Amino acid sequence: MELTRRQMLVTTSAALASVAGLPAFASATDDMIAALTGGAALGEGAITLDTPEIAENGNTVPVSVSAPGAKSITLYADGNPVPSVATFNFGPLNPTKSASTRIRLARTQNVVAVAQMEDGSWQMAKAEVKVTIGGCGG
Amino acid sequence: MADGVKPRVKVPKSAAAGETITIKTLISHTMESGQRKDGDGNVIPRSIINRFVVDFNGQNVIDVTLEPAISTNPYFQFDAVVPEAGEFTFTWYDDDGSVYTDSKSISVS
Repeated sequence: MELTRRQMLVTTSAALASVAGLPAFASATDDMIAALTGGAALGEGAITLDTPEIAENGNTVPVSVSAPGAKSITLYADGNPVPSVATFNFGPLNPTKSASTRIRLARTQNVVAVAQMEDGSWQMAKAEVKVTIGGCGG
Repeated sequence: MADGVKPRVKVPKSAAAGETITIKTLISHTMESGQRKDGDGNVIPRSIINRFVVDFNGQNVIDVTLEPAISTNPYFQFDAVVPEAGEFTFTWYDDDGSVYTDSKSISVS
């Protein structure tokens, strides 16, 4: 096969995009989670993460999270320019360890919740949200 | 972002001792993310509320760290247990140093 200049451009840019595109964001989130937990193992099942399956407007996406027995819950959005979303630290007068808020999502992506339990272990939950119109301006 | 910031808080007026109640809060704030650009292509500087704390009679209920990914007019809903009559205090901390507060008292029936 003859390799034309045009084909060359297409293949290299596709290769570049696959390297520099999605995994860069995903690994930024993984790095932040590792920094938070100190590399501890993440269990699953204790967190209830309630997000809409499809969000028409990425500027305000309702998210509820609850994790009985958690000390704190941190939310991440792995496709946002800055993956951190919020950290909820629960005080002694919070019985259900649950919270709801509204967040911005730049595009279709995973919302990740990481909770530190009272015994020091870590839990994780993940939910994909399809975004029709992204938030974050631009 | 000093003008036009108005906290709104919804707390039941009374509760049974030890009852778990749901609190809803909303504060009007643009929550400028620092990602947007104006018409000339200049980045609009970040200006958000970065922390929100709720206490009841000096005991902590929830302490939230906010990032730019929180929507305009930050809304929170959470639960609290009411051991005795007293006052909930709500405090929002702005990037520019402003502090917005609100309080609601609750009686125990």
